[in-house]
Amino acid sequence: MGGMRTAGDLVMRMQMAKAMRLGEAKQYVADKLEVSVEDLSDNIKMDKIRRKLGLGRIRPSVQEAVDLQAKANISELLDIKINSVEKYGLSRN
Amino acid sequence: MYKTRMGSGKSIEMSREEIKSEIDKGVEAAVEDGGVDPLARDEIERLVELHCIPAKFIGIERGRELVTTFDGGSIKLKRLNISLGRIVDAQIFERVLCTDSAEFAHVDYSFKPIKPIVDSEQIEFKQALQVTVVPMFYGAMPNLSLYYEPVGSQPNPSTVMMEESDIPKARRSIEKTVEMGVKDMVFVSRKMHEVGADGINFDTVGSAGEGDFLASLQATEKLKEMYPDICIEMGMSSEFILGMHGDLEYKGVNLAGLYPHEQVQLAEKAGVTIFGPVVNVEVNKSCPWNLARSLTLYKACREASSIPIHANVGMGVGGVPMSEVPPIDATTRTSVAMAEIGKMDGL
Repeated sequence: MGGMRTAGDLVMRMQMAKAMRLGEAKQYVADKLEVSVEDLSDNIKMDKIRRKLGLGRIRPSVQEAVDLQAKANISELLDIKINSVEKYGLSRN
Repeated sequence: MYKTRMGSGKSIEMSREEIKSEIDKGVEAAVEDGGVDPLARDEIERLVELHCIPAKFIGIERGRELVTTFDGGSIKLKRLNISLGRIVDAQIFERVLCTDSAEFAHVDYSFKPIKPIVDSEQIEFKQALQVTVVPMFYGAMPNLSLYYEPVGSQPNPSTVMMEESDIPKARRSIEKTVEMGVKDMVFVSRKMHEVGADGINFDTVGSAGEGDFLASLQATEKLKEMYPDICIEMGMSSEFILGMHGDLEYKGVNLAGLYPHEQVQLAEKAGVTIFGPVVNVEVNKSCPWNLARSLTLYKACREASSIPIHANVGMGVGGVPMSEVPPIDATTRTSVAMAEIGKMDGL
């Protein structure tokens, strides 16, 4: 789908966390982001959304959430536990 | 005439009628080998169309893209003679290749050799998890062959059969390696889960026969008991389970000879989260034949499953030619077919 350029990693997380089939996982993520399923793979739209919500981007600015902090934000947005976030105890920024 | 390829990768030309004929034969072969339903007429027509598009690179319509998982993730770039560490490798997958997931792996990609160095693996994997965003698997192969002599402690069942014709002894040896394999798979997976893995990838499952598959199912069961939320992806090694033992069962089902649509049902019962079926490529058959056969078996697997299916496609499996440099015309046709016709959940 394009990973962090799009919402590919978020859809992947729903398959991994809840064993969701592709259609269900895409719809779940689209609903959480309040966009259409087609928007999930639009890298221009998703780049803006990821920046606004601190979900990690391919080329982040120094002020943005990256790495574990971005994962903590993803965990809260998608309402799933992310193992490394749980382990290292970060909260949303 | 349209350009296509043989399963070896060799470029050939075919008429539309010849492509249609090859696809029909590929579907028939899947039905006969796997005992599955054929593709529908409109699906076959679409597959013919995909092979008759003159463009070298074809793609899927917006919104129908698939997600991707990998085997041997962080050791793949090293094979290209690129000198880099595994953490940088994972970041390249995430930020340059823009993959939907990444995998951390040791160059000796089996659970047995990882066991004695698991502490070192944990340290580097933990570091990788702290500088990446995409979900990351830790992957390795059950590879029960490593438990046999001369590198392992158990009698090699093939040697026992050839030299002693002692079937019970050969079977006992396979059964023992299942126990040993489960122990190592659970040990390493537990360590990686405890350091923060998003998922565990049991890769190339079944390469040593049905004992290999059984060990993976049992290890999955044990890990799910320990960590109910753990994600386990099971990627297969070939299209059917080799019957090296002949009498190994899981939940009352004999494992020898199972095809993907049968394998996935057992994987699901064991607790697998994502299943990766394999269909082998025949190098002396055409790409249309191979893709039609793979697609028919993968589609049956998807229909038999309620968990996500990530079809194995590449370098000799899933309709992609047997080559270390897979041609883009073949890989894109395969990808589109898997998404549109096979309705896969990922690749």
